Amino acid sequence: MSETVAGGAAVAGERVGPGGVAASPAPEEAAARPADPRPKNNRAWFLVLPVVVSVAFTAVIPLMTVVNFSVQDIFSPSDRIFVGLEWFRSVTRDPEVRSAFVRTLLFSAQVLLIEIPLGVALALAMPKRGLGVPAALVVMALPLLIPWNVVGTIWQIFARGDIGLGGWLINNVLGINFNYTLDRADAWITVLVMDVWHWTPLVALLAYAGLRSIPGPYFQAAQIDGASAWATFRHIQLPRLRGVLTIAILLRFMDSFMIFTEPFVVTGGGPGNATSFLSILLSKIAVGQFDLGPAGAFSLLYFLIVQIACYVFFTVLTRAGR
Amino acid sequence: MKRRPRAGGPARAVRHERAAAGRVRLPWARTVFWLYAATLMLPLLWMFGMSIRPNEDILGGFSLIPERVTFENYRTFFEDQAWYSSYLNSIAYTTLNTVLSLVVALPAAYAFSRFRFAGDKHLFFWLLTNRMAPPAVFLLPFFQIYQAVGLFDTHLGVAIAHMLFNVPLAVWILEGFMSGIPREIDETAAIDGYSLPRFFIRIFLPLIRSALGVTAFFCFMFSWVELLIARTITSVNAKPIAATMTRTVSAAGVDWGLLATAGVLTMIPGAVVIWFVRNYIAKGFALGRV
Repeated sequence: MSETVAGGAAVAGERVGPGGVAASPAPEEAAARPADPRPKNNRAWFLVLPVVVSVAFTAVIPLMTVVNFSVQDIFSPSDRIFVGLEWFRSVTRDPEVRSAFVRTLLFSAQVLLIEIPLGVALALAMPKRGLGVPAALVVMALPLLIPWNVVGTIWQIFARGDIGLGGWLINNVLGINFNYTLDRADAWITVLVMDVWHWTPLVALLAYAGLRSIPGPYFQAAQIDGASAWATFRHIQLPRLRGVLTIAILLRFMDSFMIFTEPFVVTGGGPGNATSFLSILLSKIAVGQFDLGPAGAFSLLYFLIVQIACYVFFTVLTRAGR
Repeated sequence: MKRRPRAGGPARAVRHERAAAGRVRLPWARTVFWLYAATLMLPLLWMFGMSIRPNEDILGGFSLIPERVTFENYRTFFEDQAWYSSYLNSIAYTTLNTVLSLVVALPAAYAFSRFRFAGDKHLFFWLLTNRMAPPAVFLLPFFQIYQAVGLFDTHLGVAIAHMLFNVPLAVWILEGFMSGIPREIDETAAIDGYSLPRFFIRIFLPLIRSALGVTAFFCFMFSWVELLIARTITSVNAKPIAATMTRTVSAAGVDWGLLATAGVLTMIPGAVVIWFVRNYIAKGFALGRV
């Protein structure tokens, strides 16, 4: 996948900046891919139309409704006042929102720093042939296939000191007093470990598919040069993984920054506000208090932050290593 | 980290050619990987253990091996219509969503990989941004729209709603694969008199078979595990299994055994799907351009 997605990312990259060329150690590829060989043809719009229509139906109309919420003070469906940007101002000044923002950012950073290297390392270590391959793939995919509220439930039990294996091991075998319902740090660690457990396989599967697409001659060349395992990884495998890692980093960033169901089930945002991420705070305002105005403004800002961050990641990653 | 020995001669080099493909030899790595995989399975095994124990044993205290084994929870699951019908609902809308997402995303991915057109850059990123909408507030208009157009509580409704995040992902992955297929193939087919739809179905689709497998897996997975949207726009007829699971919380406390049973069963369809696409993932996604 690395090969092809790197190509895809390069094509996408050309949309971001001019004159993109796939960052690849093979010079003949660079030569075979001039700035943008695709013919210009506006009739291609007909091919994209179904996507635009389907996504517009599911995305644009709700978005407009949320914009509508965000600029009004709604007392009842028939009684509402236009308040302009008032909600945006109050949301950005709210200390609770600010601390949740910092917390969410910290969580996403930790998730990326742990899951991306760990996923790549696992992909490198996974079996390459024989019966081990399907076994490893199925084992790695299992956590991904569990509905998110069930993931939360599994960990809610598993991490409990009295009846869960994980909590029991930490308390009784390691002798550390661990209780995620009372201790802030324990709650944070539980949510973080749960996320690593749940999502590292996604990174590993993508990276594995990417690694498997690297042609054999690259390794023979490295071998003849007497390259160490590290050098082979750094100069052959890693550059070829850029495409899949772009997908992995973006997906992991978006989903960890908007994580809701799992911590909501396990800790409910507590103890105190230790694991109260932006999404949990947002649903408290929107569903709990039914303050649609502030919740609408909050959602839009949230949406905007994720978009900007993703745009930065996307641009940096598609240009890196050119 | 060991250095690989240099090839001893031409014959050995040939033998190495296949052996070396796609790997750097780290002898302990495989062991560490299986250790990790075993750790990964621990919470799942624990859940399975819970599903075959009576509730009083689960809450009664910690025990590594279940003392009493019962399949009562599994019987309840398959005899209670609310449980098994919501299981079938989830399978129905997930499958429908996977098919719809692929059908819609294929021409779009082809267009992105083959042509430049007005606004293509913006459109590509805009598609991705739809994965990023925080659900809490967006759910309310969802509820209103699906009721207004009569898709509320239908399998098709959930399938369409899940296209919100699956179509962009499908376009993204497919576009990557398609860009790896040389354009010369399209041109040759055109010279041979193939129309675009016929070329697409007869020649192009078989070429990107593995892409279809991988994309289908990801669409299936993300639709299967999503709960918030699916729960909001359904009530009975298309209620997802994950929503039925919240039923186990009652005044009498949580029915942990039944919850764990449902949890175990929710892993099966996805495991079947990954079994079918395993070769596509294992072979790597390389096509053309190498």
